[in-house]
Amino acid sequence: MFEGLSDRLGGVLDKLRKRGALKESDVKEAMREVRVALLEADVALPVVKTFISNATERAIGADVLRSVTPGQMVVKIVHDELKNMLGDGEEINLASTPPVPILMVGLQGSGKTTSSAKIALHLTKKRNKKVLLASLDIYRPAAQQQLKVLADDNGLGILPIVMGEKPVSIAKRAMDMGRKEGYDAVILDTAGRLHIDMELMSEVAQVRDAVNPVETLLVTDAMTGQDSVNVAKEFAEKVGITGIVLTRVDGDARGGAALSMRQITGCPIKMLGVGEKIDEMEAFHPDRIANRILGMGDVVSLVEKAAENIKAEDAEKMAKKLRKGQFDLNDLLSQLKQLQNMGDLSGIMGMLPGMGALKKQMSQTKIDPKLLTHQEAIILSMTPKERENPALIKASRKKRIAAGCGLSVQDVNKLLKQYQTMSTMIKKMGKMGKKGLFGGMPKMDPAMLEGGDMPDLNNLPKGLTGGGGGLPPGFPGLGGGGGMPPGFPGFGKKK
Amino acid sequence: MSEEGKTSWFARLKNGLKRSSSKLTTGIADIFTKRRLDDDALEEFEDLLITSDLGVTTAAKLSAELAKTRFDKEVDSAEIQQFIADEVAKILEPVAKPLVIDPTKKPHVILVVGVNGSGKTTTIGKLAKTYKDQGLKVMMAAGDTFRAAAVEQLKVWGERTDCPVIARDTGADAAGLAFDAIDQAKREGYDVLLVDTAGRLQNKAHLMDELKKIVRVITKRDETAPHDTLLVLDATTGQNAHSQVETFSQATNVSGLIVTKLDGTAKGGVVVALAEKFGKPVHAIGVGEAAEDLRPFEARSFARSLAGLED
Ligand SMILES: Nc1nc2c(ncn2[C@@H]2O[C@H](COP(=O)(O)OP(=O)(O)OP(=O)(O)O)[C@@H](O)[C@H]2O)c(=O)[nH]1
Ligand SMILES: [Mg+2]
Repeated sequence: MFEGLSDRLGGVLDKLRKRGALKESDVKEAMREVRVALLEADVALPVVKTFISNATERAIGADVLRSVTPGQMVVKIVHDELKNMLGDGEEINLASTPPVPILMVGLQGSGKTTSSAKIALHLTKKRNKKVLLASLDIYRPAAQQQLKVLADDNGLGILPIVMGEKPVSIAKRAMDMGRKEGYDAVILDTAGRLHIDMELMSEVAQVRDAVNPVETLLVTDAMTGQDSVNVAKEFAEKVGITGIVLTRVDGDARGGAALSMRQITGCPIKMLGVGEKIDEMEAFHPDRIANRILGMGDVVSLVEKAAENIKAEDAEKMAKKLRKGQFDLNDLLSQLKQLQNMGDLSGIMGMLPGMGALKKQMSQTKIDPKLLTHQEAIILSMTPKERENPALIKASRKKRIAAGCGLSVQDVNKLLKQYQTMSTMIKKMGKMGKKGLFGGMPKMDPAMLEGGDMPDLNNLPKGLTGGGGGLPPGFPGLGGGGGMPPGFPGFGKKK
Repeated sequence: MSEEGKTSWFARLKNGLKRSSSKLTTGIADIFTKRRLDDDALEEFEDLLITSDLGVTTAAKLSAELAKTRFDKEVDSAEIQQFIADEVAKILEPVAKPLVIDPTKKPHVILVVGVNGSGKTTTIGKLAKTYKDQGLKVMMAAGDTFRAAAVEQLKVWGERTDCPVIARDTGADAAGLAFDAIDQAKREGYDVLLVDTAGRLQNKAHLMDELKKIVRVITKRDETAPHDTLLVLDATTGQNAHSQVETFSQATNVSGLIVTKLDGTAKGGVVVALAEKFGKPVHAIGVGEAAEDLRPFEARSFARSLAGLED
């Protein structure tokens, strides 16, 4: 999500950033373009209007235009306003006597059932809670069955299905079971309903009155268009909601719904669904999203993700080596392993600054996750000496290695070439100074824009491209399949 | 939800579409109660179209069209509504085509694709009912072998419409299942085979590859099949619908669209932009969750209703 919007806004704001003096008319022109970009991203019109008028007002304020770097100031204002629009990130509220009832509501097909199971798993794993699931969807064929399968597959508690029971009684029975069996929370999944279907809206209101939920979460699809205004308003009015769960954030929607929901309902976005698997749900961090939209990359998420998977000492060791410009095939091997642990490559790429374009390219060239395994196999069939000193690897050794891993000499060559380009690049980057990627990731904040001491990954010296076709320079071998940006280990240190 | 079907389908459609357009109608009335069509008015006109998900480009085009003949003139809301209805109908007419079953195919294979939750399975149930009512022999294949209880869901539709459902366990190979279903449909002389697929986001290359594989395997069994590939679009979808049509069309030869959930307040306006850009036929619309809630897509009534005009 957000790539499209980030590309569009990036273009508009880049123009501004590069300019010296700015006139009021320049700002207004830029804001018109920002407006179109937001609308094309499906941000609700009323929200766009408020956004543009606030941002414009601040941007043409006297001190901005007279400042030394007016363009950057305007970019910062847009960033701040975006952050405002997204509101604060908040955890799911469990501060009440257990079992805490959580009610899931939303339109048909928005993703309630999957999200219910995901939240149950999240609360179980991340917050150590015992959670009971119950399906109140007596309408859609096999809906109750669906939740039961998800619960059983993931070892989550589920209320036994009683055919013919009405939603309100199911809800009461779930709370009873929750109390009797010592659950911390009970998640009530309801049938999808139209916000204008009075009968069903009053049914869900009755459920609410029967259990007094601590959280009523509106589940919304990130691909929703301008209708999100109507839906959110009606649910807020008729049922009352306490938070938003945004689903299908892993799609290529531009994320307007995310930007609108908070504004329209006044409720925080609490969780993001980022994949079909039950563990693919994340807490929501507005500042990171704002950074991501402005093409600054979600560096903080990346650091956390990396930290979860990379042992701190390893990372420290690696960072040191890299800083000195030493990098052998053992290091490449451990990077490959880390990348595999970190999961979906393209997901990671999207978090890096300036990588929107590369990510697109990756999904087009379709990097096969198998490639990582292949590369690993190649290195593993080398002798320790060869790994430390790849220069040893000549024709006959290549043949042996290829035979050892069941791949071709060409594959071995590809890997070696990629290693070459990476290590050249690492040496150069090492020289670029400690502030760069290898000094631990600098904390991203909009002020960085003004400082400009962040190495722009797209502007690395030419000639480092490893035959990557149309790829942005600096990512050796990606086009040839399966390279990766160097230096992931350097991310292991938190801030 | 209950399959009452008491109110005529036409009344239901109008009801649904009226809700879709009520906001546009009030909007138009607000802006154009006798007013000179100046730049401000045009901008507000464009904004209104945008709130119906028509998109910035189509909205700008319509507003330029409006300005051509009416700029600086006094206009009123009725005139504006008529203008929208006429222009939108013009755009939609070429794509409003019903899905015709070729009775010589035996079976006419229809593959149904789309993003998660767009309404594929429900639409298959509705199509099964439609064709069954026409006296055709209909079979369904539960090709969503991924999502929990997706197979059971389609089986319920099989019972409701009294049509056989070919199914395997969750986790089975969808392509192989489709292959076998064609086999069986041929052997038993079925007229129509509706193949369900798992919902997938179009930016996931590996899932789109899987879809291509299903098509390849279907074609292997019958080289003229699939005879139609329907993309099911949720009417609440905004501009992402463009990406859906584009990417699904690249993966599978999408032959037509079905737009669901038009019984809500979503305006489905993105269909207008899609018609302009891709020219794919729109075969039908979904206006509810019951088996009989599928309607032919009619350009004129869709356009008039979008503009808030009574038929
Ligand atoms: N109001 C309304 N609801 C609909 C319509 N079409 C489908 N639905 C509902 O939307 C929800 C999702 O529909 P499904 O048919 O399960 O969608 P799907 O595309 O098969 O979903 P996945 O297989 O999970 O990707 C269900 O609750 C349907 O009852 C429609 O035209 N109007
Ligand atoms: Mg389905």
